Parts: sequence; structure tokens; C-alpha cells
Amino acid sequence: MTKTRFGKFGGQYVPEVLMPEIKRIEEAYEFYKNDKKFNEELNSLLANYAGRPSLLYFAKNMTEDLNGAKIYLKREDLNHTGSHKINNVLGQALLAKYMGKKRVIAETGAGQHGVATATAAALLGLECEIYMGLEDTIRQSLNVYRMELLGAKVHAVTFGTQTLKDAVNEAMKEWSKRSDDTMYLLGSVMGPYPYPTIVRDFQSVISKEAREQILHIEGKLPNIVMACVGGGSNAMGMFYNFINDKDVRLIGCEAAGLGVDTDKHAATMTKGSIGIFHGMKSIFCQNKHGQIAPVYSISAGLDYPGIGPEHAYLKETGRAEYVPVTDEEAVEAFEYLSKVEGIIPAIESSHAVAYAKKIAPTMKKDEIIIVCLSGRGDKDVAAIAKYRGRIINE
Amino acid sequence: MNNIKKAFENKALIGFLMAGDPDLNTTKEVIISMAKAGCDMVELGVPFSDPIAESSVVQSANLRALKSETYLKSIFDMIKEVRNTTQISIILHTYINPVFNYGYEEFFMKCSEVNVCGIVVPDLPYEEKSEIKEYADKYNVDIISFVVPENIDRVKMIAKEATGFIYFVPSIGSTSSMEGHFKEITNIIEVLKENTNIPIALGFGINTTQQAEFFSEIADGIIVGNAIVKIVEKYGKNSPSQVFDYVKTMKSAIKIK
Repeated sequence: MTKTRFGKFGGQYVPEVLMPEIKRIEEAYEFYKNDKKFNEELNSLLANYAGRPSLLYFAKNMTEDLNGAKIYLKREDLNHTGSHKINNVLGQALLAKYMGKKRVIAETGAGQHGVATATAAALLGLECEIYMGLEDTIRQSLNVYRMELLGAKVHAVTFGTQTLKDAVNEAMKEWSKRSDDTMYLLGSVMGPYPYPTIVRDFQSVISKEAREQILHIEGKLPNIVMACVGGGSNAMGMFYNFINDKDVRLIGCEAAGLGVDTDKHAATMTKGSIGIFHGMKSIFCQNKHGQIAPVYSISAGLDYPGIGPEHAYLKETGRAEYVPVTDEEAVEAFEYLSKVEGIIPAIESSHAVAYAKKIAPTMKKDEIIIVCLSGRGDKDVAAIAKYRGRIINE
Repeated sequence: MNNIKKAFENKALIGFLMAGDPDLNTTKEVIISMAKAGCDMVELGVPFSDPIAESSVVQSANLRALKSETYLKSIFDMIKEVRNTTQISIILHTYINPVFNYGYEEFFMKCSEVNVCGIVVPDLPYEEKSEIKEYADKYNVDIISFVVPENIDRVKMIAKEATGFIYFVPSIGSTSSMEGHFKEITNIIEVLKENTNIPIALGFGINTTQQAEFFSEIADGIIVGNAIVKIVEKYGKNSPSQVFDYVKTMKSAIKIK
């Protein structure tokens, strides 16, 4: 396993034009991750701006209702900007600033990473441009306006499937044209090394806190830790500090859309195969000719045909499990958590909640599940209403 | 003499073409026209769903080619047919994923069978060359290396191990005042020549005869991409004769030297 890889996965499969910049980011990150001033500033931002540590909330009503394992929610939805994305973005934007960059660009699916990037850029005085698939700009028009409000320019990407993967393509293309003053803030644990490592490190604060919190509250480790996976950043953050706790099961919940037996899903781990794309060797939804497949999920944030290379490695080594969750199951969980706990989860996070609902009743009452509630669901309300047949003006 | 060396016997004109745009039969005819018009090498694009390193002109060509269900197997079949008419030097320009899925060993075996002498992989930088190197070597197919001007140490490092020819991309997206880059380009070419004996081709949106004349003076070859793809886009099945005329004009601009 070399530095750039997780087992055979990972690597740096990018055009030569990007390599000098990627090397620069690699070197800068190697330096600043151990730099006292950088870490003090980042920790201060996480505490005083993002609102960390996030709560580990005991979902009492849900636990009693399901009558099985105790369920705790890691409340990333309570972070500033409403999701875990801010953890990574503050780290990368600060890195950009330390590297002397004036401008940041980013891709976004649901808009959460875009909003977080625009927020960090506003805070740190950086120019910001966001690439978003045209279809996603329609699904998440509120987030588009939010980004603009924060001073970012949003580019609707009309090439290809007009969703997250095309937004990544376009952001990478823009990055290859202009990197001297521009940092690409990648939103997930994907892309070429060092991004999967950088994003995982910045997100690992989730499990660092959760592990301490559960030990403090329960005096023992959880039996299961779970999170939704698209690219896999909140899951990687939620898993990371539990990887060495061999008795803790790690479960990633991926988007099965209309079902894994249809062609409308984004279930990379269940249906995908090994390939090389977006800078990494990993697992992708693709056809037998190696063309990346159009994927589908009700959740724009999980609507991605690949997964981060460290997840591919965790799956291959059997350390983590990945399960598909359909649109319908996720929507039911969205409604369920809202009613039972008074917490409206992001439709992405609802995929993990759905699987917790399924598995908790099969477990003993002294067993513990931690679900990463990666984001809040305000942005999804209109779309879920529409799914249920009600049209609401946002 | 291998087919790449042959292409660079004189100043080389390399023409980029997307396989399967709008269909493989047209591609076959265009290749034959290009050969007749004096083109020295065809850089044949293998369509990919997500061509991140291409101009928007070539990106769209990728999608048109995928619409006609053009995949590696049928591309190899087409090249085999081309070989009944011309032995023009052909290299494949492909993203790594279609090759990975086809199988490295089988891919390079096929290349050698139909006399494809090189492969250009936009998303396989120096650091990841080992992904395919053993197979490329085994079947005697050159992995063509991209060079960009940004970092001189990288330029040297890449040049020292490069095979076939160097694909030098002076400055992305700056097609407006190419001649303005003259000094930067000649400097890098000098560095390249100090570090390798293989030919150097320039590719960055060259499309006029003046540019062809100008740049063929300082490099061993020039690559014309967008211009040919645009002709194919405009004329479709009727493009072979149009491409022939264009290539002939470009070639004559180089031939003066």
C-alpha cells in the first residue's frame, strides 16, 4: 500500500496538466496538517463558527418505538450550514488561504457542499464559483439561491447527465485551466490523492467526537456505526476512528433509488465494478465497456456513480458493509424521524435512518447503534412533498 | 522502422479524429482520406462518457460517438478494415477506464494486431504509468507522454522516460494568441531535446495554415484536433472529402519547410 493508495484503490489518475498543482496541494497538506497555527485556527473555526462538537443525541422515542438497540444520532445537521460538509470545507478553504489562493471552486450535488464552500469563502474572503448539474439546480433551487446570497457564482452544467458527476467533470476542467490562484475544494472522499485523505482527515472529527461521547455516556463502544454513502465523506468521517475497534460494525447505506434490480439506482457497492474514473481506482456504476452509467436517486447528494477509494478498500477487506436503501424507504424514514423525534433529516441521511429502522428491532436492548445524521432536511421538504403528490411553492 | 518513427521522418502532421462520429464507417473513410491527403499520423479518439480533459468540441464528439454505440471492439474491427487500404500510423487516444474494462493484455494484443503503434491516455500521468506499462512493452506499443510547461523538473522527468513521441501541450485554452507563447514553447522544446531523442509534437488548438507553418518550424510535428472534429460535426457522412481538402492544405503549409 503506497501513500496514494488504500490497498489497490486510489491513486492519481488525472491529466498531466493537473499534476503539478496536485503535488503542491500534497506538499502543503503534509506540512499544514502538523502546523500548530493552522490547526489552532481550524479548531477555532470548527468550535466558534461551525458549532462543534456536534451533539450525540439519544433518540429515545425512536429506540422505544423500535424496541431493540439503543439509537444515537450524531447531529451533523446542527452544524452551521446544516450538514457535515462544513467540517471539510473549513479545512480545505483554510488550506487554500495558507497556500496563498484567492479563489475556490467546487462541485455540488444536493447543494450542501456548494453552500458550505460558499460560506467558508465568504468568511475567509475568497472568490467562489460552484459547478452544479442543471438538473440539480432545479431540484435544489433554494440552495442555488443560498450560494448566490453568499456571494458565489453558480454554473449550471448542461453536459452529459447534468448531475453530480458532470459537475465534478466541469470543476476539474476549470481547475485544469486555472490553478495558480485557485483551489479546488473537493466535497467528498474521492478524486485523486491527496483528496480522499484530506477530506477523510477533516471529516474524521465526526467519529473522534462520537467515540469519546459514546464512551462518556454509555461507558462502552457502539455495536454498529452507520451512515449514508454517495461519494462517502460523512461515512468515512463516521467510520474512521472506529476502524481499529474490530467489534464495531461499520455500515454504509447507499442509494438504491427505485430498486437495485431496476436501472434507476446509485447503488455503487451493490451493483458496480472496479474501474478508474475521476482520478481514482475504485468501484463505479458502469457498463461493460467502461462507460460511466447514468445513476439515479431521489437524493441529489447520493446521486453519484462512484465511491471513495477507502470505502472500496474497507469493503474489499470486509471491514465495512454496504447496503442499498430505496427512495421509498428513505422517504418513509424522513417522515418517521420528523414525526417521532421532531428532527427533519436530509434525504441523504434518511437512507441511514431507514436502515437503522430495519436493523434495530433485530438487536438486543443493551446494544447500541450510532447513526450519522449528516444533514438537515429543510432543503428537501418541497421535493418530498412532491414525491407524496403535493406541490408546494418553495 | 516502427510506425511512429516513420510518421516523423519529415515534419509530421497528426490529425485527431473521434472514432464513431457520426459512425464507424465514416471514420474509416475519413482515415483513408486523411492518409491520401498526406496526414502522417491519425490520433483516433475512443469515446468516453466523461471526457474531462477535452475541449467542448471534442467532448460533444465523444457523446455523438457513444450514441452510435462505438466501443473498443468495433473500433479495432474498423482499423483492421482500414489496414486493407493504408498503413498510416495510428495511435489511440483513450481514457483509461474503457481500456481497464476491455482488459489490458487483450487491448495491447489487439493494438499490435491491427498495427496501432501508440496510446495516448489523458488520465494516466507519469505517476500511474505502471498501470499499463508492462503490457504496452510486451506488445511494443508506445505510451505517449503529455508534457505541460508548468514545472521544468517534471518536464525533464517525463522526457527521460518517454517513448514514441512527446505530446507537448503548451498552454491550455489559450488559442487566441498562440504565437505569443513562442518563447515559452521554444524554451521547453530545448529542455525536452536535452532530455530525450524522440520527436516532439505540439498540440493546442492549431487550426490554420499559418499556425501550421509557424509551429512546424519549431517542433517535429503538429497535432490538429478541433478543426477536423468540427468538419466531421458539420458534414457528417459527407465529411471524408472535406477533411481531405483541409488536411491537404495543412500538410502543404508544413511541406514548405
